[in-house]
Amino acid sequence: MADYSSLDIRQRSASTETPPEIRRQVEVAKLIDVSKCIGCKACQSACEEWNDLRDDIGINRGVYDNPHDLTPKSWTLMRFTEYENPETNHLEWLIRKDGCMHCTEPGCLKACPSPGAIVQYSNGIVDFIEENCIGCGYCVKGCPFNIPRISQTDHKAYKCTLCSDRVAVGQAPACAKACPTGSIMFGTKQAMIEQAETRVEDLKSRGFAQAGLYDPAGVGGTHVMYVLHHADKPSLYAGLPNDPKISPLVAFWKGGAKVFGLAAMGFAAVAGFFHYVTAGPNEVVPEEEEEAIEYDSVKRREGGIENGGEARPH
Amino acid sequence: MTIQSDIRDGEARPLHHAKAEAPEVMYVPRYTGLQRVNHWITAILFTLLTLSGLAMFTPYLFSLTGLFGGGQATRAIHPWFGVALAVSFVLLFVRFWKLNIPNKDDVEWTKHIGDVVTNREDRLPELGKYNAGQKGVFWGQTALIAVMFVTGLVIWNTYFGGLTSIETQRWALLAHSLAAVIAIAIIVVHVYAGIWVRGTGRAMVRGTVTGGWAYRHHRKWFRQIAGARARRGAVDKRGS
Repeated sequence: MADYSSLDIRQRSASTETPPEIRRQVEVAKLIDVSKCIGCKACQSACEEWNDLRDDIGINRGVYDNPHDLTPKSWTLMRFTEYENPETNHLEWLIRKDGCMHCTEPGCLKACPSPGAIVQYSNGIVDFIEENCIGCGYCVKGCPFNIPRISQTDHKAYKCTLCSDRVAVGQAPACAKACPTGSIMFGTKQAMIEQAETRVEDLKSRGFAQAGLYDPAGVGGTHVMYVLHHADKPSLYAGLPNDPKISPLVAFWKGGAKVFGLAAMGFAAVAGFFHYVTAGPNEVVPEEEEEAIEYDSVKRREGGIENGGEARPH
Repeated sequence: MTIQSDIRDGEARPLHHAKAEAPEVMYVPRYTGLQRVNHWITAILFTLLTLSGLAMFTPYLFSLTGLFGGGQATRAIHPWFGVALAVSFVLLFVRFWKLNIPNKDDVEWTKHIGDVVTNREDRLPELGKYNAGQKGVFWGQTALIAVMFVTGLVIWNTYFGGLTSIETQRWALLAHSLAAVIAIAIIVVHVYAGIWVRGTGRAMVRGTVTGGWAYRHHRKWFRQIAGARARRGAVDKRGS
């Protein structure tokens, strides 16, 4: 949890209160220039180091990815893709640093049922506040990028914080600080977009005609952006979503289904009440009790039962 | 011994006398003790599931987690309530499914739904142990509980988190919540029917209903048991 004032919280999960509006921080962003990445994993080390996490020793799956997936303790990960470009016939080694994208419209935050377990600061960083996390895993379903991981130790969700604690005191995230090639940059979102533009221009001049900035509009833009050589095909980069957005299933579940659900349950109760005050109770009349007794005794006589023949009033 | 109406006065007991004038009522067994216990265990679990589930369904009701010891405890206990309910409901199902098979009378009853809700019992066909509404509750709950059990396992992160794709889990979560709100709405109607149709609660509390109740609402069933009851004795173990 970062050292932020409550003045700086723009969105808070499962909360209906209006967030504070009087102060707006400048939006920040991390720009990851995939074309400059050499896959050294310094960012991964820096992340573990700064956040003081040591992941368990894993298993080599025969690829460079190490660990092979994000975990509750590994919040960032280099994903390596070998791509044979059919146009140039070149083998391209696409290395993408995976981690939380810090969406402007975060699916995790939308899905989260626990008040204040996920917040978005006014600088755009999306942070998990673990003390409020109940471990339901809804954030996992809400995220369009498959980022949050639930710890089997404490049943809480974890992901990249964009080093919100460092950013709060004017420092760049640890990964950006450690990157030896300047592939990871950090600054205001505006500055990062401008920076990306010069990089895209440069890449285009080098033959990457489809180079571009990945700042997907489907989630309102992100606060972690990529410069991609093949911005027309983001999925080349270890399955980076081409057009990420909050799943319609999640949107419906948190939108229409909630309204429908409360309405259906409320309607059932209200309909019952008004039925009662109009139609009234359905009561047995004394004649029916008598008819029942009579029928019963007739039936029993027919059955040849003697004695105990009378109905048994309690 | 000066007050005539005193109950201790052996000679004059007007209170008792007044009671004796009330119409005589016979009682017929409808549910055995085990069946009632089975029903109420299911009902209690359903209530607990409703409260803990709604807490995670909408932020407006998150405060319900306080009933279960907080958010984490609610998240942890809810699936176990669900497993217990599934077991309990399976027992109910095994006991009652045969009696809930739809028949022609149900079609007739459903056509007369207008008479049903306006208490015009005289216009309805004679019915067996259950009417189409009750059968609807039975099969509705059967289907919805089955859906909630299966989808509930899919989204039970603690044990089954990594076994299915995230897309599958999204479907499961949506189906789980929709099934839940429909099931809750059905139970609201189910509870209301028990209030509306007087004398019904007794079946689930005491195990018996009055002869008049059976005669009015489930005459075919009453005709079956009226004689049989005497042959088998007061308590019908099969509750049929």
